[in-house]
Amino acid sequence: MGYPILTEIRRSRVRLKKVLDRLLPVILSIAVFLAVAILASLLLTVIISGGHRLSWNLITNYPSANPNEAGMRSAILGSIYTVGLSTLICIPISMATAIYLVEYSRGGKLSSILSYNISNLAGVPSIIFGVVGLGFLAYWLGMGRTIITGAFTLAILTLPLVTVTSVEALKAIPDDLRHGAYALGATTFQVVRYVVLPRALPMMLTGGILGISRALGEAAPILVVSGLIFIREDPTSLFSKFTVIPLQLYNWISRPQQAFIELSSAGIIILLLVLLILNGIVIGLRYFLIKRAGQL
Amino acid sequence: MTVDARVEALIRHIEKRRRINKFFYFLFFSATLVSTISLIVIFVTLSYESLNFFTQVSIIEFLTHTKWTALFAEKHFGVLPLLNATLITSLIAILVAAPLGVMIALFLSEYASPNLRSIVKPMVETLAGIPTVVYGYFALYFITPRILRGVWEGLQIHNALAVGLMIGVLIIPIVASISDDAMKAVPLDLRHAAYALGARKCDVALRVVLPAALSGVSASIILAFARAMGETMIAAIAGGFRSVLTFNVGEAMETMTAYIAQVATGDAPHGTIEFQSLFAVALFLLLITAALNYVGIKVVRKWAIRY
Repeated sequence: MGYPILTEIRRSRVRLKKVLDRLLPVILSIAVFLAVAILASLLLTVIISGGHRLSWNLITNYPSANPNEAGMRSAILGSIYTVGLSTLICIPISMATAIYLVEYSRGGKLSSILSYNISNLAGVPSIIFGVVGLGFLAYWLGMGRTIITGAFTLAILTLPLVTVTSVEALKAIPDDLRHGAYALGATTFQVVRYVVLPRALPMMLTGGILGISRALGEAAPILVVSGLIFIREDPTSLFSKFTVIPLQLYNWISRPQQAFIELSSAGIIILLLVLLILNGIVIGLRYFLIKRAGQL
Repeated sequence: MTVDARVEALIRHIEKRRRINKFFYFLFFSATLVSTISLIVIFVTLSYESLNFFTQVSIIEFLTHTKWTALFAEKHFGVLPLLNATLITSLIAILVAAPLGVMIALFLSEYASPNLRSIVKPMVETLAGIPTVVYGYFALYFITPRILRGVWEGLQIHNALAVGLMIGVLIIPIVASISDDAMKAVPLDLRHAAYALGARKCDVALRVVLPAALSGVSASIILAFARAMGETMIAAIAGGFRSVLTFNVGEAMETMTAYIAQVATGDAPHGTIEFQSLFAVALFLLLITAALNYVGIKVVRKWAIRY
């Protein structure tokens, strides 16, 4: 062409673009690699620091000033009590909420306000739940800084997460099934009870498990509700004082002695293992459900 | 049985079914109210206790004074040092999470094969599932001494930088997963049109998909910022309990959440001003994050309608 310099510029731009085109996926995958590397180094650090401290003592002993004897028995029991009770409170409420939103009032004005409030609740920082649990449940209602206060606090905290998963589970059920039942004269409740729920239940279960693993890892709200206390006995009732695993870990992390820091690493390994198992169940369940849905 | 009796039995049966249906309607409806009632309880509890606080400390002092010495003999209640620490750590977190999160989202939605995606996505989301105490531990005993101290010797053991970096890692999945959803929602037509004009894949990713998903991406960043502001354990473990107004990220600083944790850890008796200050700080934090979430959710909804 008439202007060789222009052709030259265009050529070099094309070359540059070619390079960028090749490089972009590499650059992007570096970000992915970085995230995975952080995860890996976190796990490695914990295992190197605490692996040799893993022992049954850690599970069966009470906390102690002597790191060689210290365990987190009271914290484990506290976690089981609080998280267990909170799950019992949270799951029925979130299932009922999801059923109302999806089956009874599809897209009404009221239901859009109510579901908006659920996403608002999801945006409240977790420590605020603790502060309100302390102010409202523990002092105004006089429940004290006890297991039951902690359980209610965690239940409301995990409510949005479990509800959203339950809503998704219900929405995944094809409408044909509902229409078929309605055409036969079923009431909404009958449709829910005999058509929708049996099919949606396993998927809703994954939401419940996600809620449990979220509640197990939460330290901040429980820290506010229970305080950072030293407990050397099993909880006897729902009105016992309590501590939970993440708080026991926080306690050990904040101590200056190396032995306690190693102990906290060992505790972290146990906590992460439990969470890993829970999440493994969720992934397995989902995989199974997707496979089953494919066969239908 | 006569015909009449049978009809009556049928009617009774239908009415029973109706009553059951109605009963469960109210049951499910009242369960739905729990979230809304919880929100009201949260707001009322915080406001009531804060009101007690603000009868003793003027709002102007709270918002403008530069000293927070609630746990000392001479008490000042200026929230600025706490707010400053919260903003600085959250800003560092966003500087980490926004670029990484968006890059991961772009990789997942434009480059990763479905198989790779199904491996990478859960891995990235695992970052959000790790208990925050663990991140606090990692910041205090790995990031600061092993990595940051190698570059910056004068770094204090408790410092805002490590807190910010760690919160950043924690919120990467929020940015990545909402941005990924937004990018997935960009219609294929737009991509095909660009290819038809001779665009390369990198053009499609950076100049078609990214701009088209921009509102979703920015919403993800706003929501992640709100999440960063509310993070407690990392700040409490690795940030220290030193409420001083400073802009040096190498120093210890106390965030609003860390202050709440500190008061809860100690024994401020019910009814004292230290105890009430807990609620004032919590209310202040709630109002800021609620505003951010409001904007974020609004942007998400707007973008959801567009396609």
